[in-house]
Parts: sequence; C-alpha cells; structure tokens
Amino acid sequence: MAFDKLELRDIEVWDGNFAAAQAMRQVQIDVVAAYPITPSTPIVEGYAKFLADGYIEGEFVMVESEHAAMSGCIGASAAGGRVATATSSQGFALMVETLYQASGMRLPIVLNVVNRALAAPLNVNGDHSDMYLGRDSGWIQFDAYNAQEAYDLNFIAFKVAEDHSVRLPAMVHQDGFLTSHTAQGVKTITDDAAYNFVGEFKPMNDMLDLDHPVTHGVQAEEDWHFEHKARQHRDLMLNVVPRIHEAFDAFEKLTGRKYNMVEQYNMDDAEIAVVCMGSSVETACEVAQELRDQGIKVGVVGIRVIRPFPFKEVIDALKDLKAIGALDRSSPNGAPGMLFNEIAGALFNTDTKAALSGYVYGLGGRDLTKEHLRDLFKELKVNADAGKVTTQLQQFIGVRGPKLAFL
Amino acid sequence: MLEIRWHSRAGQGAVTGAKGLADVISTTGKEVQAFAFYGSAKRGAAMTAYNRVDEKPIKNHEKYMNPDYIFVIDPALVYTTDVTINDKESTTYIITTHMNTKELIESQPKFAGKKVYTVDCIKIAQETIGRAIPNTPMLGAFMKISKMYDIEFFKENMKRILAKLPQKIVDANMLAIQRAYDEVK
Repeated sequence: MAFDKLELRDIEVWDGNFAAAQAMRQVQIDVVAAYPITPSTPIVEGYAKFLADGYIEGEFVMVESEHAAMSGCIGASAAGGRVATATSSQGFALMVETLYQASGMRLPIVLNVVNRALAAPLNVNGDHSDMYLGRDSGWIQFDAYNAQEAYDLNFIAFKVAEDHSVRLPAMVHQDGFLTSHTAQGVKTITDDAAYNFVGEFKPMNDMLDLDHPVTHGVQAEEDWHFEHKARQHRDLMLNVVPRIHEAFDAFEKLTGRKYNMVEQYNMDDAEIAVVCMGSSVETACEVAQELRDQGIKVGVVGIRVIRPFPFKEVIDALKDLKAIGALDRSSPNGAPGMLFNEIAGALFNTDTKAALSGYVYGLGGRDLTKEHLRDLFKELKVNADAGKVTTQLQQFIGVRGPKLAFL
Repeated sequence: MLEIRWHSRAGQGAVTGAKGLADVISTTGKEVQAFAFYGSAKRGAAMTAYNRVDEKPIKNHEKYMNPDYIFVIDPALVYTTDVTINDKESTTYIITTHMNTKELIESQPKFAGKKVYTVDCIKIAQETIGRAIPNTPMLGAFMKISKMYDIEFFKENMKRILAKLPQKIVDANMLAIQRAYDEVK
C-alpha cells in the first residue's frame, strides 16, 4: 500500500480524540466526510493531518453541514468503501435524519460521537443528551469511559459493523472534554496488528460493483417497510451480540484488554450498586473501592453496549442486589431516565427484590464529584436496609437551588 | 496521588504544558492524567488545566481537586481569580511574576503563610523563545522545586515532545526551562 506507517511507543500519552484519530488512521478509512464541531473536532482534524502527511490512502470530504457529512458517508459507504466520521451535540442532532438512512440502508459506517450537551442553553461541555438521542436510530452504540477505550472500541466497532451478518453502522461514544480532552497513557497496537484485527474491507451490494447493479434507499411503503425494519431489529437483537462477543474475545487475545457488554466492578458479593455510563463509571469505581475498604458491599455496573441493549447481562448483573441507583446524564424531560426505564424493564419479570431509584446528574458538564457518589451510596444503603426506595424515585444530583425530586 | 492545577490564559500553553509534563512522567512508568477546562473560552480568557500522577491507574474523573501544586503562568491572575481555591496546607505555589516572593505576598495577602515560589516565566519566555509562552519555563521551575527529575533528563524528554517544532524553537525552549530552573526562588 502506498502510505507510510507510524512507529508508536508502547504507551502514548493521548487524549480520547487523538486516540480515536489514531485508530481511524490505523484501520485506513477510505472516506471521511466531516463538518467539525466541538469537542469532536480534533478527531477529523487528526485524520485530515494523517492523510495530508501521507499516512493514509483515502479521501477527506469537506461539506457544508453535519447532515451533508453523514450523507457523504452514506454515499461513500454505499459505493463500497470503509467510512467513518465524528460529531457532537448539535451536529449529531442535525445528522439524525441521515442516521436512520444509514442504518436502514445497512451501511457499516463508524461514527465517533464525543458526547456533549444539547442547546438551549448553548453549552460545549459533556453530557449524554446526544448519545441518548441516537438510541432508537438503529445503530450499534459502544461507550468508552476513557481514552484507551475510545481507541480500542473503534477497532471493535469496525470489526462488528462490517461483518456481513451485521452490516449496521456503529457509534463509539466518549465523554466530551472529560475523555476527549483528557490525556492519559494509552497502550498502543502496532499499525500492522491494528489493521489486521479489523481486516480488509469487504464490500457487499456496493454500488460501484457494476457487474451486479443494485439500488440503495428505495421507497418501500406499507408493502415492505415493516419487513425491512423488522429484519433490521432482528439482526440487531440476534446477529450483533455474538459478533460483539467474538470481537471482544479476539481483542482480548490481541491486547489482553477484556471488554464486556456490561462491565462489572466489585460486584461479586455486592448488595448495592450504581449503574452509569461514560467517565462516571470510573469515578464511581474509585468511590466503591473506598467504601469496600470500609466493609460496605458496593459495586459499580457500566453499560458498555447501549444498543443493542444488553438485557440478559443487565439482569445477571443486578438481580441479586438489594438496592440499585440508575444514573442518567441526560434530562429525560418528563419521564424517568433511560437507564432507570431499561433496568426496570429488564428486572420487572424477575424475582428480584432490589429497590431501584433513578438519578439525573452532570448536565452540561456539571462535575460529578466523589462526594456526590459517597452520598448516593449512603442513600442506597438506607434503601437496601429498608428493603424499599425511601426517597422519591427520581432525584437530581449537583444542581443548585432547592433539592429536586419527582415521582 | 500527586495533583497539580494550572492557572493560565487561553493561548499561553497551559494545556500543552500539562500534556507535556504528563508525557514525560509517563515514560518513567507512572500513570498520568492531563486535562483542562476552557469550554468555548477565547484566547486571553482565564482558564485552568490539571495534572494527576499516581503509581496505579487513575480512574478519578471529577474536576474537583485539592492540588499539591498550583502553577500560575499569567501574572495578573493572582488578582483577578482566586488561585487559592480548594488548596490545602501543604499546597506549593509556583507563580509567574516580575516581583520577588515577599513583594508578591504584600500585593496579594491571600498568599500569607503559604508555600510560595516565584519566577518570571513571561520575561524568560520573551528573552529566549521570543514570545510570551510561559508554559515550558514553568515546568523547569517545577523540576527545581519538586526535585521530581534531574533537569537534564527532563530536557531530553521535552526535546522529544517538542520535536515537531523548528530546531531553533526547541533550543530556545531548553534555554527557557534551564533559566526558570536556575531562577525560581
């Protein structure tokens, strides 16, 4: 191939954005169509620089909006290339219409989403509003809690999305600023090993295969629409999960780093746990360890794959607990939080006695401190001892003014 | 766990400084974290950057910090922002100023009784690099005060980190680091 390789040190100090850009270089993306937006800008900037410096053989397409960026990705993917881009927040929101096109057309695009709040009021900082907005779009969603995972999950996302039994697009999420702009030691994979893990792109039904003409994005109406959507859902429910497990296993063999659909920390004999996503999982782990050292049986559960939702794994992780706190970093705007609802749905038909309460935290980048988490675990301990939720079902953490609680 | 908070203005290189320091420390087998908060702040706005260093993986992502070291790389910030917020008794300050430590404490009584060192990183940067980018000299001063690494080892590593810059600029940065190391009091 006509590009240069980069010699990486075993551990590089990278932030989440640069880690994702390096992964995009190593898997040799054919086309990136992008409209940069804070805090994800350095990802596509990084790809563009690698391309300009001769480390990638590909195309960077500059477009006039995020809607056009994803449209360009869809065109390039349908044509038969390995395609990726990155976005955040308002850009993600503008992309939504095309996200459904990408998944409905079964195009294995990888989208790095650097999670950021949605306006109004305008805010460039991290919360999970955009990530939550994507959860019905038919994409696979992986969530990274730090820069290392943002790097690793990109390889896994390509491997799963491009599998011919899947052919669905995948998002790799990381927390805006908290992960995207936080530099940490990242254990690298060599260029050859990284590329070989994902393998050469094998197109299917590609439009540039002129010997086998196909049409993409056709009108189906009532006659066939439902069958297409049902097939897509079926593949998400049945085909994706085994491929994710295979990819996680292969990745562990390559690197020694083990990923799971649902990550469990200190959960073996835990009576109390919080369930959360993003960088909060790691902060919660530190607090849980502190409390473990004091003899309190607490654990942390992190959702690694948001879609397809790991229903069975969530049941296995949570059913024997006495109290669970579901932490949502997105305003549910008139309902319980997404994690509260999904967990409640998973546990409802089991014989669990766990008391489940929900918390909304960290909107617009508001800090989730260890002190918040200590108080939260304390409250969950009261629920565990009482055998029921002793507070209202939904509470807000870290917001100024009088305490907010509902339901 | 060693924790450092930088007070800077956007554009003065605190983020680059924090990341550079993390990179050097990482080569010695320690775990590092370097991050900053500037949101959509424009050049010249007050901002903070942070380092965490530990023997074991750093999982804490809270922004809240009781720093062991506080670096101030813009001289006016000691008057316009509260650089002492969330400090502790043992916190060590390294502050960029044209004043000596005694004069600084007289002009900002908040520093009375605290461990304060001063060095004029702005002047050093102007005289060596030719621009008021006070980040690398601050790291030279930090090496002197913390005795973290031998200054030659530190400069060798910084050369690698700055390698993308023209040789003249790299050399000037090495001079700036050494001068701040020698001049901090």
